[in-house]
Amino acid sequence: MNSADAGGVDGRPPAAADNSRKLPPAAATIAGELAGFRRDMLRFAVLQLRDQASAEDAVQEAMLSALEGADRFAERAKLKTWVFSILRNKIVDIIRRRVREPSYQAPEEEIDDADFDPLFRSNGHWQNDSRPASWGDPAKSLEDQRFWMVFDACLNRLPAGTARVFMMREMLGLETDEICSELSMSSNNCWVVLHRARMGLRLCLDQKWFTTGDRGA
Amino acid sequence: MMNCQQAVRLMSDEMDRGLAGSERFSLRLHSLLCVGCRNYQRQIPFLRQACRATPPADVTPPTASSPTRE
Repeated sequence: MNSADAGGVDGRPPAAADNSRKLPPAAATIAGELAGFRRDMLRFAVLQLRDQASAEDAVQEAMLSALEGADRFAERAKLKTWVFSILRNKIVDIIRRRVREPSYQAPEEEIDDADFDPLFRSNGHWQNDSRPASWGDPAKSLEDQRFWMVFDACLNRLPAGTARVFMMREMLGLETDEICSELSMSSNNCWVVLHRARMGLRLCLDQKWFTTGDRGA
Repeated sequence: MMNCQQAVRLMSDEMDRGLAGSERFSLRLHSLLCVGCRNYQRQIPFLRQACRATPPADVTPPTASSPTRE
């Protein structure tokens, strides 16, 4: 299933091989456009799941669901939003299953309060060399492809469980309550993990992007 | 007065839950006096913005360049 190229360039629905699922005629009209989203969807899924195979599965499943529901979909302009909302649900399903697996590591176990201590003096105020400096207009970086390489690399540096909570909150847009109950965490632990993820990601972007001379050359 | 370590924690919490009035007040007071925390406060919403944005079209596909993780 992983090697199959969902939504081939010829516009043929990827589900052609799957006889058990029937596609409406409207599927053909959105198949080509869907195929164009595949790369973005895959990046999104790989970041969340940290596993190429599960990510490919999630994307494939989401595309298939979109094709199956094609006749209910009238507004082409919002096709991408719609298919990403399907993908989000697939990803949450996969995370939900993983939490039940014995190998699952709880994000709280990754917490070590001392990790960021070197940034602060003993009185809890910033060290001179770690005091956050202005990022100017950071939104400009979103247009720069090199920024995204750094961003993805920084996300991947977060411990897996911490990253999972952070992505559920910031990429999937779930409320903390939902995340806590999915992952059986207390609200406070959820907030602590999110805080640590933000500290880590901010620091990484600061060092690898915003304060290096590499950007905007 | 609140120190920076406590302030950044509250700034993060603010993105996930409503702050109590007293928390909001102490945080505002701290940020008024601390340029580092003011910068931090502007930077963490950008993390959310980036998470919800889509990279420009010709970023290297993750399939081709995905680094080994962990």
